[in-house]
Amino acid sequence: MTTRGIPAVTGRIIRQAESLLKRAGLEGLAIWLARRVRRVRHLGRNLVIAIPYAWLLAFFLIPFVIVLKIALSDAAIAQPPYTPLWEWVGDQYLNIKVNLGNFMFLVEDNLYWKSYLNSVKVALVSTVACLLIGYPMAYGIARAKSAYRTILLMLVILPFWTSFLIRVYAWIGILKNNGLLNNFLMWLGVIDSPIVMLQTDFAVYLGIVYSYLPFMILPLYANLEKLDETLLEAAYDLGCKPARTFLTVTLPLSVPGIIAGSMLVFIPAVGEFVIPALLGAPDTLMIGRILWDEFFGNRDWPVASAVAIALLLLLVIPIVILQHNQARNSEANS
Amino acid sequence: MASSTTFSTFEPWKDPAEKPYVCIDRVTKKFGDFVAVNDISLDIYRKELFCLLGASGCGKSTLLRMLAGFEEASSGRILIDGMDMAEIPPYERPVNMMFQSYALFPHMNVSQNVSFGLKQEKLTGQVIKTRVEEMLELVKLTQFAKRKPHQLSGGQRQRVALARSLIKRPKLLLLDEPLAALDKKLREHTQFELMNIQEQLGVTFIVVTHDQQEAMTLATRIGVMEEGYIAQVGTPTEIYEFPGSRFVADFIGSVNSFEGRITVDEPDHVIIRMLDQDVDIFVDHGVSASPNARVWAAIRPEKIHISRTDPGQARNVIRGKVKEIAYMGDFSIYLVELAGGRTVRVTQPNLRRGDPERITWDEQVFLHWLPSSIVVLTE
Amino acid sequence: MKRRSLFLISAMVFGFAFLYVPIISLIVYSFNKSKLVTVWAGFSTQWYGALLQNDQILQAAWISLRIATLNATVAMALGTIAGFVLARFKRFRGRTLFTGLVTAPLVMPEVITGLSLLLLFVALESIIGWPSGRGFATITIAHITFSLAYVAVIVQSRLADMDESIEEAALDLGARPLKIFFMITLPIIAPALVAGWLLAFTLSLDDLVIASFVSGPGSSTLPMVIFSKVRLGVSPEINALATILVALVAVGTIIAGVAMLRSQKVRERDVQMAAADN
Repeated sequence: MTTRGIPAVTGRIIRQAESLLKRAGLEGLAIWLARRVRRVRHLGRNLVIAIPYAWLLAFFLIPFVIVLKIALSDAAIAQPPYTPLWEWVGDQYLNIKVNLGNFMFLVEDNLYWKSYLNSVKVALVSTVACLLIGYPMAYGIARAKSAYRTILLMLVILPFWTSFLIRVYAWIGILKNNGLLNNFLMWLGVIDSPIVMLQTDFAVYLGIVYSYLPFMILPLYANLEKLDETLLEAAYDLGCKPARTFLTVTLPLSVPGIIAGSMLVFIPAVGEFVIPALLGAPDTLMIGRILWDEFFGNRDWPVASAVAIALLLLLVIPIVILQHNQARNSEANS
Repeated sequence: MASSTTFSTFEPWKDPAEKPYVCIDRVTKKFGDFVAVNDISLDIYRKELFCLLGASGCGKSTLLRMLAGFEEASSGRILIDGMDMAEIPPYERPVNMMFQSYALFPHMNVSQNVSFGLKQEKLTGQVIKTRVEEMLELVKLTQFAKRKPHQLSGGQRQRVALARSLIKRPKLLLLDEPLAALDKKLREHTQFELMNIQEQLGVTFIVVTHDQQEAMTLATRIGVMEEGYIAQVGTPTEIYEFPGSRFVADFIGSVNSFEGRITVDEPDHVIIRMLDQDVDIFVDHGVSASPNARVWAAIRPEKIHISRTDPGQARNVIRGKVKEIAYMGDFSIYLVELAGGRTVRVTQPNLRRGDPERITWDEQVFLHWLPSSIVVLTE
Repeated sequence: MKRRSLFLISAMVFGFAFLYVPIISLIVYSFNKSKLVTVWAGFSTQWYGALLQNDQILQAAWISLRIATLNATVAMALGTIAGFVLARFKRFRGRTLFTGLVTAPLVMPEVITGLSLLLLFVALESIIGWPSGRGFATITIAHITFSLAYVAVIVQSRLADMDESIEEAALDLGARPLKIFFMITLPIIAPALVAGWLLAFTLSLDDLVIASFVSGPGSSTLPMVIFSKVRLGVSPEINALATILVALVAVGTIIAGVAMLRSQKVRERDVQMAAADN
């Protein structure tokens, strides 16, 4: 009895109490008691849930509420540099000041519109480029012999483990006017004088595609590797040539992988800051960079918060698509 | 029908004028060091239902995949209708296959799956539609045309796979364990359906299976495979009643084999002395074995009679004690222990309900058989 | 049918070249004598020497390593619990929100996470007086928050692959849930925990944006120092630093890969031998 500890003892007492109550005709009370007890017994389980839950609420959800709150307040020269959303005036009046000005400002000022649109454009183009480069690679790895597959996969993941910042930085050396690529092209005789590549949109695209390519390849690989090869054989057997088999069988079945990979590239690319800051022109308008500048440059916390909220709204749709896709995937697997 | 008039039954392999439809000519397939198919030659005739029977890993599926064109033979030739199949990719072969996993396209519904093969040919939409409808009717799936594979039962999926592989009206259909995924009742039912369809359409079937019952029911001929070789080819009756080797005898049904030496070797009969028993076995046919050679006398459990009383014969009788009885419903299995400890398996039909005279545990019994029931095997 | 097309092979060669040429160029030029990074002036290891003299970089690296280690350890613990909850507790109040909270940090743009956490710390400071100022603690908390999400996803998928009847068997044999977790579940998912720890460590070591928001004076992390340097252009010291980082990662990955391959081979051989015994 002692080895089983308190739950066993309480369990026995509860069962006896239950049967006593039932015999006394108090069935309702017995059921109620049983329910209460079960809840107490779930204490351990609830505690397990509560620990990560509390952390994420405190450090992930509540901060967003605060961002929203500050986005609705006024900038001020103070510490912290914004006005409070509510104030007690005298003893009875709760004075709530909601300032929609920051959002109006985003709508009215062309700069924000342009940078939102440009961010989406850059992210879209980069996503498509990632897909075009990543799909054949993922397909090739998935169809390679299993000994090679592990090595090739490791080669895809390896850059991902090295510093993102340093990998972006590497492109500066390549794209500079007197950098590797220009020197190489001039040596080939393709060009006479260096092409300006650094600090252009091209460099930003290149940087994003380069940095996020593994995010495209990995989910695609995971999907293509699962592809049942007998389906392809069945298609060949029914007279379908390889190219057409790819279009009618492989491609439609890899749509979940395509969606997952595309969203994993698109979503962070929209809010990207480091790549446009290092490789883009000073006037490359990307929303992540605008937010950074509002915050660190202008110290306008309310506008920066409003930019963040707007960016989040922009990303809600792709995030929902991604979540939905993942949920359907895991359902299909089980 | 090309069969000659001398044969009333369907036995084209006995007709020297008949040309084989599928000719497998000394085919070998190696995967690295592993020899999956070892120098197999096999002729299969038009409208046959040929079963390749063997345990898993015996090379039967590899042989089938070479016919379909998914594997290339390491050496040897495969001819279909007189045409060499080397270098011909699967999508250009006049052959269709039904996969063990069915390999239904999960993103297409039943009618899209079935029509897939036709869409690869230049046919009008109307023709495709009619033929798909006919085919769905044949396999009784008309009402499920719009369902996706995951919304179907195992039996329905199996019929979709069959319909899909038959829609192009192939002259040769390869079936890889077509019934393995079905439960026993459904499997028995589907066996007969499969035979009906084969007869109706006049297609040549090659079926790969590990289930001897299935092979016996379906096949015109069976090829028993063992470790890459063909152990024996023959009709179900030949394979069962006249197995060519101990392996085949053991693999198909169950068998009691008694090791012994030939003591009398005449053209019309032989006598075998059992090694571990004081018993002579009389066989009423000649055997092609050297005198004094070591042989095995094999006998099927149902061909042994069991009785309490001495049948009064000098040969083909052994005494023993009933160790175990298993009641199977339509028949019972008796395990009878002989002197020296080895057991013999005997089956008896349960002809009467609740027979009070039935032989029971620990009884002393006599086992005896007819001289024609013995098959003498040398290996 | 295993013949791979020329297109596929050239696509893979191009793709891998694209992934590796920049990294290789960094390594090559870290041994360049010239300060002009892209002009080759002979082999030299002087920039490695210069790197070791650079107190600013060394100090930042020390801070980053400490944060990364603490972050990885806490994130592994919290993330394992979160992954376990996701995989094993199918029904509880607020599960949808919980799932969202675990997966959202994975896709949230860093600028938003960074900004929101900073605003939280500022608000906390003005309400309860903690954290007073920002630095080591705030960066670590911020890193744990997004790292734990990665660990949770890894652990969850590992648990989803694990046969649940193993746990049920232990339950059936009379072990209590907590004991089962430590004696059965944890050993089986241990590789996922190691992977999670390493990933959390790397993520922390790699993060620039979030750390920039929530750090304070005197607590610049390594990426922050690198960023401020490379904004001004290429620097051979950074090339040397990059080479060291790449070498460490490559060695680690190769060791992990070889270990993985070996255990896979051992297992395959065991399975074959077991099959041969039948």
